[in-house]
Amino acid sequence: MSTTSQAEPLVSMRDIVKTFGDNVVLDGVDLDVFPGEVVVLIGPSGAGKSTLLRCINGLEKITSGTIEVDGQHLSYEESNLNRIRSRIGMVFQSFNLFPHMTVAQNIMMAQRDVLGRSAKESRARAEELLDRVGLAEKADAYPDSLSGGQQQRVAIARALAMDPAVMLFDEPTSALDPELVGEVLHVMRELADAGMTMVVVTHEMRFARRAADRVVLMADRKIVEEGPPEQVLDTPQSERGQAFLRQLTEE
Amino acid sequence: MSFFDRLVEYAPLFIEASWVTLRLTAVALAIAMVLGAVIAWMAMSRFGPLRWLATAYIGVIRGTPLIAQIFVLYFGISEIVKMPAFWAGALALAAHNSAYIAEIFRSGFQAVPKGLVEATRSLGMSRRKTLRRVQAPLALRTTLPVLGNQYIIAVKDSSLVSFIGMTELFQTSRNLQAQNYEPLQMYLMVSIYYLIIVLVLTFVVNRLEHSLSKHRRPVEGSSGDGDGGGLRPRWLRNRTTEAQA
Repeated sequence: MSTTSQAEPLVSMRDIVKTFGDNVVLDGVDLDVFPGEVVVLIGPSGAGKSTLLRCINGLEKITSGTIEVDGQHLSYEESNLNRIRSRIGMVFQSFNLFPHMTVAQNIMMAQRDVLGRSAKESRARAEELLDRVGLAEKADAYPDSLSGGQQQRVAIARALAMDPAVMLFDEPTSALDPELVGEVLHVMRELADAGMTMVVVTHEMRFARRAADRVVLMADRKIVEEGPPEQVLDTPQSERGQAFLRQLTEE
Repeated sequence: MSFFDRLVEYAPLFIEASWVTLRLTAVALAIAMVLGAVIAWMAMSRFGPLRWLATAYIGVIRGTPLIAQIFVLYFGISEIVKMPAFWAGALALAAHNSAYIAEIFRSGFQAVPKGLVEATRSLGMSRRKTLRRVQAPLALRTTLPVLGNQYIIAVKDSSLVSFIGMTELFQTSRNLQAQNYEPLQMYLMVSIYYLIIVLVLTFVVNRLEHSLSKHRRPVEGSSGDGDGGGLRPRWLRNRTTEAQA
């Protein structure tokens, strides 16, 4: 995107180090995400993609480095963390819908408890978003009665209801049966086209190719390569990048 | 005099004593639930000493006989204040059950999938609201059948309070057999009353479980029959289904 380079980054990560005990998971990672940009993180498993994503909204606490989201420094003090998190939507591999609430209640809960919206207002917003992800008729169903693809679309609607500045997707289609992957990717592509800022960890290379503004390739706890999808996916410069893509094409 | 003549003759006595047993157990369990919640909270605390205290309490209570706890509390308290047997018994039963209930609460909370807590926190929900809106309601669903089981045990365990001279259900049968020299009949008779109480309690718990797990019911056209399965592990689900069948 030509215009984004002048803007302030929405997510700015500097020199991120993350260790679990003696195990180094991220070793000095820098990442900027600009407004309206779709960044897709790819790389072999164990490279640190999901951990990096989870650091952005503080689900993982970084060992050193700095993170800024929407101009605010991310610290782990409860009120600061909650405020920043309410600006970041997160979609998980395992959907994580609340099983004791209906679909609409899933989408309404944080609107009411965090944003202080009225029941009527949050219900209207839930219905509007359900319509957008193609599940308008499921508002009063319980998550148990939905397919995986439907549950994931509800999870996307639940995150969008907070009007986030940025959406994070952590392998959103990895837990889905193959025939259900398409419907979730379709919703995500529509979101990208509508200008949502997104950071996506995925193994879906076709999605990366079609929706990403920038592909970031991680390997061995670091970013080894980044750039437009054609460049990273077709003519990778680094040895690790070439090895990873060779692996992919062999499958 | 036959068993059935005595059953009719002693019915008013036993029914009255049943009320004493029910009141005793209800008071004890009410205290045990509050105490158990506090101990479970301590056991899950990030503060070491609180955790150790909870672990020690649970260990001591589970490692010693209830009858010893009742005597220790009864004689221990009467050293300090004069306390009616009802309250000494209720407190001992409460202390005893609180340890087990704390463990039930703790395992219920730990059974809530970590991903659901993360999803809640990711929406900007505070720790307290996450507890109230997601963790507690889901933990309640998993713990309800186990809690019901503990309540049933508590009803029967309350018979031990007879040893500190409380005329509850069990003591009534002991008194009567001392008069009529029919221990077999009297203990059979009192067992019938316990059985009735337990059956009623089981029914109430099953109803509660069913109404709490309404999200399990199919919304449209799917094959489930609303077995009240909820989030409970499969082995518990099967057990309740059998009990209801």
